[in-house]
Amino acid sequence: MKNKGITYSLILTFIILLLAGCNLFFGSVDIPAKAVIHALLGEEVAKASWSFIVWESRVPQIVTALLCGAALAGSGLMLQTAFNNPLAGPSILGINSGASLGVAFVMLAGGGTIATAGVTLSGFFSIVLGAFIGSMIVMGLILFFSTLIKSNIMLLITGIMIGYITSSAISLLNFFATAEGVHSYMIWGMGNFSGVSLEQLPYFALFTLAGLLLSILLIKPLNALLLGTRYAENLGVNIKRTRNLLLISTGILTAITTAFCGPIAFIGLAVPHIARLMLGTSNHNSLLPVTLLTGSAIALLCNLICILPGESGIIPLNAVTPVLGAPVIIYVIINQRRIQYFN
Amino acid sequence: MEKQAVITAQDLNIGYRTGKKEKTIHQHLNFQLYSGELTCLLGANGAGKSTLLRTLAASQPALNGNLKILGKPLEQYTEKERSRTIGVVLTDKTFAGGLTVYELVGLGRQPHTGFFGRLNKNDHRIIEEALNNVGIAHKAQSYTAELSDGERQKVMIAKALVQECPLILLDEPTAFLDIVSRIEIMHLLHKLAVEQQKAILLSTHDIEQALVLSDKLWLLSKEQGLQCGVTEDLILSHQMDGLFSRKDIQFNYENGIYYPTVTRQHQIIVSCEEKTLLHWTINALNRHGFQCLLSSQPNLPHLKVISATEFILNNKGETHTFHSFDELLNSNLR
Repeated sequence: MKNKGITYSLILTFIILLLAGCNLFFGSVDIPAKAVIHALLGEEVAKASWSFIVWESRVPQIVTALLCGAALAGSGLMLQTAFNNPLAGPSILGINSGASLGVAFVMLAGGGTIATAGVTLSGFFSIVLGAFIGSMIVMGLILFFSTLIKSNIMLLITGIMIGYITSSAISLLNFFATAEGVHSYMIWGMGNFSGVSLEQLPYFALFTLAGLLLSILLIKPLNALLLGTRYAENLGVNIKRTRNLLLISTGILTAITTAFCGPIAFIGLAVPHIARLMLGTSNHNSLLPVTLLTGSAIALLCNLICILPGESGIIPLNAVTPVLGAPVIIYVIINQRRIQYFN
Repeated sequence: MEKQAVITAQDLNIGYRTGKKEKTIHQHLNFQLYSGELTCLLGANGAGKSTLLRTLAASQPALNGNLKILGKPLEQYTEKERSRTIGVVLTDKTFAGGLTVYELVGLGRQPHTGFFGRLNKNDHRIIEEALNNVGIAHKAQSYTAELSDGERQKVMIAKALVQECPLILLDEPTAFLDIVSRIEIMHLLHKLAVEQQKAILLSTHDIEQALVLSDKLWLLSKEQGLQCGVTEDLILSHQMDGLFSRKDIQFNYENGIYYPTVTRQHQIIVSCEEKTLLHWTINALNRHGFQCLLSSQPNLPHLKVISATEFILNNKGETHTFHSFDELLNSNLR
């Protein structure tokens, strides 16, 4: 099993490098490959704008997609294990929408737009903080409901209901906001990986990596949780502490990605399934790293699809991810009797 | 080898505490659980078996009294120490279908492994040994989802074994199993208790198997609290009668099982040379409302059983012969 994990990790790393390369050389603006390389090496290129595009747009976008994909997929996996529910995910449980509400509050009620919030560092932090608080509140609510609601499906539906409530709160905020604010919020809601500028990138990376590191530190208790909480407790897992750490980790990861890339659906839900089906195991020792890498690869692929129209514009990210993710979930549901990890 | 008391409880009160309210289920319990013995906890539904097991496993605190495991109060154990002392097998649903048997049993090493749960050579040796001990080694690389209920239970027992705990608690390990698996699991647990000197306590409704294989019985009922002792001592001191406070069932001392109390409208004298045949004849007649007497009395019908195909009935001077239970029971015996 361990070898399979390493094999897949190597293959995925290769795919990620390939996709990152594609993202670097292709974009809505045509830049000759040679010019891209020159720009990367910091040499003079024919047009000054090319160098700017490579450094200010393509490189941050690649890194953002890489981290976002891993973050969403990782938090999806943690949620699925924590709730012992393979259909859990940050978007379906309403954690995404909690983060969105936090962002909307900062963006719309604060009177600013994503542009002004993005420019200043304090704006950056207030958006992240808003998203973090929003996602933590929803996550806390879901955890509370999970003690009352024993049925997994009912808990998912409760999550969807929470999502509706936050959506209507957002609509209400939109109603009172300025036209400019509404517009920028709408653009943000479509999702894209270009929301992080080169200056913000280190902070963005720092938060994401912290959340991912936390998830890797939770591998052992996550494995124990596969046996249910009482067995896990008997194996020496401190359930309360583990739950809190899972809450913080998924909270950070969902918040940071949602704050900057919009509420991206399906990556968190579908990628853990793709990883499990590939590896044929629920063992987090190999499943978590492969899930993170698959998340990165899928995010880069989505970003590549987004720029397909070329000069005429960019497809919104949230138009792409469901097309890739939903069929996976439908496949998994149809085959759930045959798939081991459901039983 | 001197038997060692693994659990010692004095004046123990068990129950639930919600907020400031306490709901005591049993009070003033005194008992010991010994190593090298299989102990079965019997009792009706709602008698408090699960509450007692949960209290012993530290999943819920005792309300009052002393509970010591290996001489040390249970509440003084750290999580890690506890996970190396008490192994449990529960009826809870697990979500480990996507793990192989080997991986699942390997999770039982978590109390002993490091931060990332990496298994070393010694861990692998212990896991393989446990798989062999429970007789599931041939399925080591199968997914747990592909196992039968009985095999799954063996895997969970192996998981408890690799925890290397002196005490193993099992909550109804034979529920939902067919008779073959039930006997297999009970036999296995008895073997493990004796060979590995473990103290094994299990709750069960399978009284038949418990009476055959358990060294000690713990009888738990609302009325009489907890009665502990060697199986045969308890049976012959008529403790089994008080286990279920119901008039419509009755413990049969010969067969060691509970029967519905027969409403005997009629009496009949049965004579038979062969024990087995007699047993089943009485069984059939009881079911049909007859109380069977073995000594002869005038004025009562007398059934003489020669073989399973020859029954002779003397009733009020008349003699009838039957050739099967079917014929016998369909006739008017009265």
